Amino acid sequence: MATQAVRVSAAPKRKIGPLWQYLVAVAVAILVLIPLVSAVINGFKSNAELMVHPFGLPGTWKWDNYTSVLQSPAFWQQLLNSTLVMLATAIGVLVLSSMPAFVFSRMTFRGRDLLFNFFTLGLLFPIAVAILPLYITLRQANLIDSLWGIILAQVAFGLPGTILILRGFFATIPRELDEAAAIDGCSPAGFFVRVLLPLMRPALASVAVLAMVGSWNNFFLPLLVLNSETRYTLPLGIMQFQGQFGTDWGRVLAFVSLSLVPTIIFYLFAERQIVAGLTAGAVKG
Amino acid sequence: MESSSPAVGRVVATRRPRIRWGRVATIVGFLLPAAILYSGLVLLPVVQAIYYSFYRWNGLGPLQNFIGLDNYVRLFNDRIFVGALSHNLQLVVLSIVIQLPLALGLALLVRGLVRGRATFRTIFFMPFVLSEVVTGVIWNFIYRPDGGLINGLIQSIIPGFKDTALLANPKTVLYALFAVITWKFFGYHMILYIAGLQNIPAELEEAAQIDGCGKLQTLRYITIPLLGNTIRLSIYLSVLGSLQFFELIWVMTTGGPVSGSETLATYLYKFGFQRFQLGYGSAIAVVIFLICFSFSLFYQRVAMRRDFE
Repeated sequence: MATQAVRVSAAPKRKIGPLWQYLVAVAVAILVLIPLVSAVINGFKSNAELMVHPFGLPGTWKWDNYTSVLQSPAFWQQLLNSTLVMLATAIGVLVLSSMPAFVFSRMTFRGRDLLFNFFTLGLLFPIAVAILPLYITLRQANLIDSLWGIILAQVAFGLPGTILILRGFFATIPRELDEAAAIDGCSPAGFFVRVLLPLMRPALASVAVLAMVGSWNNFFLPLLVLNSETRYTLPLGIMQFQGQFGTDWGRVLAFVSLSLVPTIIFYLFAERQIVAGLTAGAVKG
Repeated sequence: MESSSPAVGRVVATRRPRIRWGRVATIVGFLLPAAILYSGLVLLPVVQAIYYSFYRWNGLGPLQNFIGLDNYVRLFNDRIFVGALSHNLQLVVLSIVIQLPLALGLALLVRGLVRGRATFRTIFFMPFVLSEVVTGVIWNFIYRPDGGLINGLIQSIIPGFKDTALLANPKTVLYALFAVITWKFFGYHMILYIAGLQNIPAELEEAAQIDGCGKLQTLRYITIPLLGNTIRLSIYLSVLGSLQFFELIWVMTTGGPVSGSETLATYLYKFGFQRFQLGYGSAIAVVIFLICFSFSLFYQRVAMRRDFE
């Protein structure tokens, strides 16, 4: 900080832009961060202290809020469930969208555009519209109160957008590559697995990361599908915990913070992929 | 060998009418798994919702109580449903008028920074990645009457200020929720605008400035028109999102107090899943679908047509 300040005064003002821009940016950053930081810090306060001092550091650090969550088997079970659902969703979305995206971007046949429109039609259907019959279907398939019910539904609703994004990415590879592979005796499927997928690793990473974030955060589907506490994912666990300890805000905030921190760490590592996927999807959508 | 291969390829290509079964198998095999899952869990349910909406049905037993359009008549005579629809529309307007200009302003601001651009972008975009449950619970804490941050802040400025519960008042609840929605989603639109701004050649703006345009004029006549497709897209996504709000509102208010923050989706959830009126719930779903679908078609035809070329 100090060295920057020195440099600012030494260099001509133009170099860092007008001061007011930084003031506004810092003010917005504070507004964005205060809720998150205060959740983590207030998770260390006793209920009595929270009532009087919602700001500032705790007078006495009540580690018990955090340790009691970390010692509860329910929390770890929910963490595990969320992780399993997230990984299975990402794998399912990757496998089932990359294959159609390959067909739509690199093979020509009659009715291709019609089929492509059929797949992307789903982008116009909000999940709320399908949710009641979806629930009945899952019940008939015996997938209520099963993590598979959530995984399959998340994959199905992830397909239209992901196929659209991947088709765009796949189309950037020059056609000559397909021809060269065909000449060397490579079948389309072989080309897909051995050439296209390895080349498209960054695009696949973007898509996978988006699916992971969406799955990790999903609340609507688990709320409908899951009944037993042992199958709850973290968002459901938070809601249940809030119902149980609703008046003990210190503990609730500790629980929330423990599910918040992994998300933010993941975000800091995967920001580039998330942004790339979102902007590609939005622009092509 | 190598010289003859392209010729062989050409021979095969000229004999088009012969079906190459290997290729067909690849196409079918690659499309089928996705098509089955997608048809069964995305498309079919939408068709089923339309079908169910003509029945009175509790979700169990056979569908036999056909009641025609009664569910729809009941829907539009229900004050709470009309209220929910108007709340969604208010959120649409608030988002376009407040959230998107804010996002655009911050995108321009971040672009203008020489140092710390990436850091500020990372911070501003952070809330979008969090779950709506985490967001909702944290903001419930911030808004709470006894010792919440908002009341604490006001009381530190005005001693003796009486606690207000913004979420418990039907007059303020929607605006309190909108503040949270803005906090969570402005970063997404900002990211879109930043991506759009990167596609504008710097020379154009520089040329305008050389020709004597002030900063605001450059913005008004060069930057914003060139950002048109991104702005239209961001409005489109924002409207569709605002029509479908559920999770955040469910976590914070479950649509209350006295339906003051009811949305189409919370209303659907209450009737479809809490009261098991699946026919009526499906009619709500169909209305949500029709609103979103007709908006999509209209908007893509009218506003976004030029962006597709």
